[in-house]
Amino acid sequence: MGRAFVSVEGIARRFPSTHGGPPQTVFENVWFGIEEGEFVCLIGHSGCGKTTILNILAGLDRASEGAVVVAGREIDGPSLDRAVIFQSHALLPWLTAEENIAFAVRSRHPGWARAQVAEECRRWIDLVGLSAAAGKKPAQLSGGMKQRVGIARALSVRPKILLMDEPFSALDALTRGMLQDEVNRIVAETKLTAFMITHDVDEAILLADRILLMTNGPNAKIAEVVVNTLPRPRTRHDVHHLPGYAELRNHILDFLVDRSQRLAETMPSGWDPRRIPEVRPAVPA
Amino acid sequence: MRAARPLASLTLSALLLALFIGIWQLSSLTSGAGDAVVDPEYAALVGAAAASGGQTPFPSPLQVGARILEHLTDPFYVRGTNDQGIGVQLAYSLGRVLTGYGIAALVAIPLGFVIGMSPLLYGALNPFIQVLRPISPLAWMPLALYTIKDSAVSSIFVIFICSIWPMLINTAFGVASVRREWLNVARTLECSTWRTAFRVILPAAAPTIMTGLRISIGIAWLVIVAAEMLVGGTGIGYFVWNQWNNLSLADILTAILVIGIVGMVLDQLLAMATRAVSYQE
Ligand SMILES: Nc1ncnc2c1ncn2[C@@H]1O[C@H](COP(=O)(O)OP(=O)(O)OP(=O)(O)O)[C@@H](O)[C@H]1O
Ligand SMILES: [Mg+2]
Repeated sequence: MGRAFVSVEGIARRFPSTHGGPPQTVFENVWFGIEEGEFVCLIGHSGCGKTTILNILAGLDRASEGAVVVAGREIDGPSLDRAVIFQSHALLPWLTAEENIAFAVRSRHPGWARAQVAEECRRWIDLVGLSAAAGKKPAQLSGGMKQRVGIARALSVRPKILLMDEPFSALDALTRGMLQDEVNRIVAETKLTAFMITHDVDEAILLADRILLMTNGPNAKIAEVVVNTLPRPRTRHDVHHLPGYAELRNHILDFLVDRSQRLAETMPSGWDPRRIPEVRPAVPA
Repeated sequence: MRAARPLASLTLSALLLALFIGIWQLSSLTSGAGDAVVDPEYAALVGAAAASGGQTPFPSPLQVGARILEHLTDPFYVRGTNDQGIGVQLAYSLGRVLTGYGIAALVAIPLGFVIGMSPLLYGALNPFIQVLRPISPLAWMPLALYTIKDSAVSSIFVIFICSIWPMLINTAFGVASVRREWLNVARTLECSTWRTAFRVILPAAAPTIMTGLRISIGIAWLVIVAAEMLVGGTGIGYFVWNQWNNLSLADILTAILVIGIVGMVLDQLLAMATRAVSYQE
């Protein structure tokens, strides 16, 4: 088996202990891969180390051990090819929505003329439906609009990989659903490779091809990979009617409610972090 | 607190001013040329003019008003070194303040930037800053006069040394407390150090830096009057001291008013600049 497009190889992250004791291990020996064009979600309880994994993939944080290899090359820092949609949107508050996007576009194309940058910004603003609010500062935008700007900014650099840290968790259900559909569509159209952290089981089933289930920390592990066999294209309106949806959802919920804690204490014998078991709950036995 | 109507506050302000001037005028009418006993120590303080001229009564508002009018109609005359218009003196003071303050800004903002970006430097320089900051700027005066040997340059130095600390501390603090997520945005966009510094850190820290600049101009304006009283020669501070020797209280009151108004204008200019770079999160 060859290497995946994004290959996480035995990473660990330890933080120095606050009281001079031994370092705290958030996770260690984490292995997984993401194929090109694949959408992978990571689900786990708060504090298990999801953001830490995403930051390492983004190059914003460094693994204490192990490596992340993208397209055959070990990463050693952030890159325009790996865009991040931050949980807290992280817009620059002194710039307007349009200027925030222009800042990203200019980073990707330093030589572009003003008009060219403006045209590209327009395109992305229209795409996320923000034409009326382009000249507003983030403080004047609603949570959903801010997150839209964040999405447009991330996509406007035309990355190869899109990393998302609970991008919709702060939004109301209606806005969240609309943005999920938008992201789903854009990712499929542009054949992006996507990695998303979420707390929302329905969101994961809607968007992901595979769902990584992480046990509780400290020393969190990726216990299991759930393969989402529900047929695409999926929409928010019909996904829960698909056969196998209930089994898939129950499997993940069972993990979150019960097994994430039990497995954190003892993993089943024969469990190998390099060969995480794959399950297909939606496929009838 | 509910916002009062601006017109109402303005009317009340005008009334209070009229009341104050009215009482002042009345009391200056009643207090005749009293034959107060002159305290010898007081006489020594008052100096030459008082010793020869004796007691001058406190001027009435009308006298002060007339004097202000005189100064305003001819602010820029020069009749010898000790007799120059209040506008000329003010220009000297403003020139010194702006020179010392400008040099301080040129040093403090880049230095503060570097300190703010480097926790190592922050830690290393902090003790020095903490010790130097509370020193009264006038305490540097003898040292400045001794080493620089020029009174005008010495007062510029004193302005420099008193305005640099708020600028330095605020710049370093503003730069050090730029939100990590904004820096992460710049990193994921592969921004160069310069681009990050000018397009992310500078605008993020600008309100804090401007607040430092505003504090500094206030201190500098306070200090210049004292410094000029000390070294003499020219400037609004020297003007006050000179009129004190002439025992011309109307001139002193005029100068006090002018000092207050110029200080307010300087402060408001920087307040406007602060608002211009502020942002809402
Ligand atoms: N800078 C740090 N220093 C020390 N410990 C840290 C640091 N950053 C994170 N941690 C620890 O690492 C663990 C994982 O943090 P992380 O933010 O990755 O969790 P998470 O899974 O994203 O949680 P959530 O779902 O709440 O966002 C936590 O226990 C946290 O206390
Ligand atoms: Mg997190």
